[in-house]
Amino acid sequence: MEVLKIVTAGSVDDGKSTLIGRILYDTKSLTDDKLEAIEKKSQSRGYDYLDFSLATDGLVAEREQGITIDVAHIYFSTDNRSYIIADTPGHVEYTRNMVTGASTSQASVILVDARNGVIEQTKRHFFINNLLRVKDIIVAVNKMDLVDFDESKFDRIRSDVEKLAAQANYKNQSITFIPVSALKGDNVVYRSENTPWYTGKTLMEHFESIENQDVYETADARFPIQSVIRPKQADYHDYRAYAGKLYGNDLSVGDEVTILPSMTKTKIKEIQFFGSTYDTAKRGSSLTLSLENDVNVSRGDTIVRSESIPRSGKELNATICWMDRNPMRLASRYELQHGTNKIMAKIKDIKSVLEVQSNQQSHSVDNLVLNDIGTVSMQLNKTLFFDSYAKNKSTGCFILIDKQTNTTAGVGFIE
Amino acid sequence: MNRILENNPLENEAIHIIRETVAQFEKPVLLFSGGKDSITLVRLAQKAFYPATIPFPLMHIDTGHNFPETIEFRDRLVQELGLELIVRNVQDNIDSGRVMEEKGKYASRNILQTETLLDAIEEFGFDACIGGARRDEEKARAKERVFSVRDDFGQWDEKNQRPEVFDMLNGNIDHGQNVRVFPISNWTELDVWSYIEKEDIEIPSIYFAHKRPVFERDGLIWSAFDDYVYREDDEQVYEKIVRFRTVGDMSCTAAVESNAFTISDVVREIRSSRISERGARIDDKRSEAAMEKRKQQGYF
Ligand SMILES: Nc1nc2c(ncn2[C@@H]2O[C@H](COP(=O)(O)OP(=O)(O)O)[C@@H](O)[C@H]2O)c(=O)[nH]1
Repeated sequence: MEVLKIVTAGSVDDGKSTLIGRILYDTKSLTDDKLEAIEKKSQSRGYDYLDFSLATDGLVAEREQGITIDVAHIYFSTDNRSYIIADTPGHVEYTRNMVTGASTSQASVILVDARNGVIEQTKRHFFINNLLRVKDIIVAVNKMDLVDFDESKFDRIRSDVEKLAAQANYKNQSITFIPVSALKGDNVVYRSENTPWYTGKTLMEHFESIENQDVYETADARFPIQSVIRPKQADYHDYRAYAGKLYGNDLSVGDEVTILPSMTKTKIKEIQFFGSTYDTAKRGSSLTLSLENDVNVSRGDTIVRSESIPRSGKELNATICWMDRNPMRLASRYELQHGTNKIMAKIKDIKSVLEVQSNQQSHSVDNLVLNDIGTVSMQLNKTLFFDSYAKNKSTGCFILIDKQTNTTAGVGFIE
Repeated sequence: MNRILENNPLENEAIHIIRETVAQFEKPVLLFSGGKDSITLVRLAQKAFYPATIPFPLMHIDTGHNFPETIEFRDRLVQELGLELIVRNVQDNIDSGRVMEEKGKYASRNILQTETLLDAIEEFGFDACIGGARRDEEKARAKERVFSVRDDFGQWDEKNQRPEVFDMLNGNIDHGQNVRVFPISNWTELDVWSYIEKEDIEIPSIYFAHKRPVFERDGLIWSAFDDYVYREDDEQVYEKIVRFRTVGDMSCTAAVESNAFTISDVVREIRSSRISERGARIDDKRSEAAMEKRKQQGYF
């Protein structure tokens, strides 16, 4: 079955949880026991409406504070396909969750409170979606019921976001504006009678119309080796094949390929999966390959078509989202994980950090703190083969791991 | 004819995760309950390394209150696939007095599993435990990462989880830490059943409608099996056609009335179901924060 993953972003109280609950309710995805729990809870809190945000707020700490603090995944399906919504919290200090959710999503819903309009958080969310090159953006202007479904409020927000888009790097983003009331249900699944001036799709109609593309998109084929398969059984004595997941494009038997970093040239001999052999593998598939020549390949190597070798070097410029409480410091060393390959990187220069409010780049700084987005140049201890993120998502991104704490401290997008 | 390997996103993602686990850890283990989710994991692990055999053992934390059908199935599966099976028994910890058996109407050994699991992880030095939990099961699980780092006490620090971007998984851990791995995080109950149908995977018979002695309590149907399941004198036993949607400990897994005799019946039934899977798990109903509390204490 087809799966479409959508990330939602918005500031605290913009109504994300309510919106998701509303979608679940109107698509009849809430089971009776869950619905009953929501009814009971809403009553006990003295509400005269159903508080759908109760459908998603998961952790005890969250319920105590009445806010969402970590990415939650919500599942529902229509006759058409399955959906996964990554609900990312809106707090300033948890922007990293937004990056996490957006990195695996085909579409993104940005919630804006109709009363407040575009605020700093909106700009940040827009910027992150643009940086990650999320294809489909939906700006859901929420709480329209509280502004009497006033078209001018909606238009104002639309033109403010369009101004942001005009300044953005990635221009091929589709941006759709929808006036909604998550609480009352206007234009979420059902068309609203309160917005006669709006002739576009409801949120759900829009979801259903999104073309399902894998997040890595079409690019040059890249096959990072996860492991070498060498069965211990006697009848497979000479068997040797390479297991991995294919990104960017299809590969076929007979394709002339090059193994990186050794630059050895060979051909694809067989494409296999669970006992069957194939002529062609579609991008996105997990598979096993064998090669014509007896070459030396190990985990961390990448197989590419010989006609499309990526760039290589021991230096790298990238935009980095910092996700750790310990700041990223100039001259520090981090482990850099790029696909299945791990090398060391040293921070040579932090050239600028993004000022969200003005959308300006500052001057060079000494460190990036949690949630900062900066442009950085790095020195690598080994030659790395990579693409720009704009050209090839799978080989254009990496994570930085703090060797002291082992945590994933940052994510980078190669220039 | 051109044979094309199509992209099946959920399967590909799960296989990618299982392969990363084997590549990044020294001693992985698959936590096997005999339920449909862990049976699905076994199939995915087979596919990930084929034609090599699955490069890690299965481990079953046996509460001693399992359905006999599950245990038979488990033993046959490992034999047919030539896998290594480790079994650790909750009963041993009860006998030695390390844990106290719950008493009374809602007594269950489900929580006691945690202690046995943590002991076994330490005994074998497992650094990655692959499990079949899914994010759609329960609200607290919805926030779980694919690689979820636990300390020596199995503790889950839900506020300090590692971000997981794209499909890059960071398996770096400190000594004494281990990771719980959830390859089918993104699958729903229906996805699992559809996969079992499509792949023609064998599952224990209790998942299909069958006649069994049962009794009712709190509007739920329980297996009448007096050795394992506490029953009050006035709780009448009668026979009914039922099946199970999950197979946990017999004392906390309720049956549902069903006419689903085949896998396609089951898929159809799940598709139109109005009750969530865990709706029939009494241990979750005890308190709303039940799952999260148990997880912080190291429950799988
Ligand atoms: N009037 C009105 N209130 C809304 C709407 N959407 C959400 N709310 C209310 O706004 C508050 C915050 O909503 P919630 O979903 O918890 O926000 P979150 O922090 O973004 O998840 C709650 O009191 C909701 O009932 C809406 O469309 N109209």
